[in-house]
Amino acid sequence: MIDFIQMIVSGVATGSTYALMGLAMVIIYKTSEVPNFAQGEMALITSYFAMMLLTTMNISVYLAFFLSFVFAAILGAFLEFAILRRAKEPNVLGMIVITIGIEMIILGFVSWKFGAEQKVMPFPIGPYDGYILGDIYISKLDVLTLISALLFMIVLYLFFKFSKLGLAMKATQQNSVAAQIVGIRTNRIMMMTWGISSLVGATAGLLIAPTAMQPFMMWDPMLKGFAAAVMGGMTSLPGAVIAAYMLGIIENLFGGYISIEFKTVVAFVIIVLVLCIKPSGLFARHYVKKV
Amino acid sequence: MDMKRDYYEDVQLFTSPVVVFWCAFLIGSLYLLPFFVSNYYIYVANYIAINIIVATGLNLLVGYTGQISLGHAGFFAIGAYGTTVLMVKLSVPFLIALPSAALIAAGFGFLLGLPALRLEGPYLAIATLGFGLTITQIIGRIELFGGRDGIHVPDINIGSWIIDTDKEFYFLLITLTIFLLLFMRNLIKTRMGRAFIAIRDADIAAETMGVNIVFYKTLAFAISAFYAGIAGGMYAFVLKFIEPETFTLLMSILFLAMVVVGGLGSMMGSITGAALLCWLDLKLRNILDIPYVGEWLKDLSESWFSLTGVSNIQYIVFGSIMVGIMLFEPLGIYGIWIRTKKYWRTWPF
Repeated sequence: MIDFIQMIVSGVATGSTYALMGLAMVIIYKTSEVPNFAQGEMALITSYFAMMLLTTMNISVYLAFFLSFVFAAILGAFLEFAILRRAKEPNVLGMIVITIGIEMIILGFVSWKFGAEQKVMPFPIGPYDGYILGDIYISKLDVLTLISALLFMIVLYLFFKFSKLGLAMKATQQNSVAAQIVGIRTNRIMMMTWGISSLVGATAGLLIAPTAMQPFMMWDPMLKGFAAAVMGGMTSLPGAVIAAYMLGIIENLFGGYISIEFKTVVAFVIIVLVLCIKPSGLFARHYVKKV
Repeated sequence: MDMKRDYYEDVQLFTSPVVVFWCAFLIGSLYLLPFFVSNYYIYVANYIAINIIVATGLNLLVGYTGQISLGHAGFFAIGAYGTTVLMVKLSVPFLIALPSAALIAAGFGFLLGLPALRLEGPYLAIATLGFGLTITQIIGRIELFGGRDGIHVPDINIGSWIIDTDKEFYFLLITLTIFLLLFMRNLIKTRMGRAFIAIRDADIAAETMGVNIVFYKTLAFAISAFYAGIAGGMYAFVLKFIEPETFTLLMSILFLAMVVVGGLGSMMGSITGAALLCWLDLKLRNILDIPYVGEWLKDLSESWFSLTGVSNIQYIVFGSIMVGIMLFEPLGIYGIWIRTKKYWRTWPF
């Protein structure tokens, strides 16, 4: 029983990183219908930027993180402005190819600059600090990740539901021409969306960095986050978070009870099964094709 | 570009004697190539030919049928492992092992095509991506397949002809490639090919016109997987040793990049795209050996970047090519070719 609870707790912890990445992808998909494969690498370069600030500039951790978040937001907005907006005849395949291209550019740049070996991120909370409740162990980092994931979900949900900017983002996704007619600057909205999304993703990156800082560290969380976003319906923020926790917990239980070797791929098997039954994800409203 | 006046003009293989001549010239020079160049270039040619086969197959799926696949490394792996395991463990002759492995890959393609019937866009992307990752994980855990340590690939023998040099392998591979390309070209020109294109352009309209979407979509997946399987089988003999880590997500991405860079829905595009990216891949692995550029990059890396990570420049180059092509020339190299041809046809005007 203790094992079981421990596995659930670790599952929730893993699920939180997936949830952050999933949220970031959903935000972009909600507004521009681009599945952003570069999300992980945008977080990666932000983490390395934070590490560079901390190791070379000798500034306080909070300032460094603040600067990294600013960097992340500017990076996201810049990518949208410089690359995504310039695409001719955008379609889904084209957007996937462009974002994969951006991903490879950033990945190449980061591993060229910093080398492929593992780095140490100076972080106020060490990777092995933790709380012990009875027989259950949970690391402080996981608690922080969990809190930030839930916080981001609630804030973003309220943001999309009630704020003017959030509503404008929703309008842009539903019908960008009509949104322009009523006076929404859709281009600017897109840039902001990318900025916010990059920020959310960067949070995940900064929280993963203390345990595994190397150029490929974001691949698994990004793919799992994407899987969670798809499972949640690609447009639903709570859906993505719930799906992310489901994936995290199932993955850990599967690893604990059935086979540790197939732990990393079980998420994708679940995804395919879920999509077979509900092609538009678990929490999306019925998928309507635009003709 | 030219006006077609009847059906046979649309389906014929060669449009004029000039085309026949150039095709014969090209094929002839391909067969004579090994007598003039060194062994390294034979190896490069083999590598390119294998990727041309995959790119052509993937183009049928992505370019002609309008689906997305980020999991072709999975089919590639099935082909490679299938052929090797059939030959090593069950001592099946090569001529039977290769097509059987490709048929197994096609079977998996059919299976993947079933959920794909209801999916599109990012949903399809993640499903295929998951498939590719899962297959390599599963293969890596099976003891019969050599597990994580990989498996050695024997020499090919057809009857009494034992193929143990790159040159002999080249002749076999080039024959196979030409045959597969001809088959694909004929397939696209027939009723089936037009059904694929109809599904890509408007699947609801195609269904209304009587195209069986279930059949053709799964068939596109199966044929595409078959091509990847054949190519994977041949790739095993190039590497001589295969392990699960060979078939990564990066490989799937590279296959997709070949198709997109070459040009969606064009066979010449797949060929040029595959040739260009493979050549770049092989060149950029030893980027510091390239004259002039290499030294400059070395200086640059020492002062600003790290020297250990210099080979990662290839990611930057591939990424830039993918982004650049999508931004400036969505039809790829084929689009550039079409525009050049049009321009010169009406030249002074």
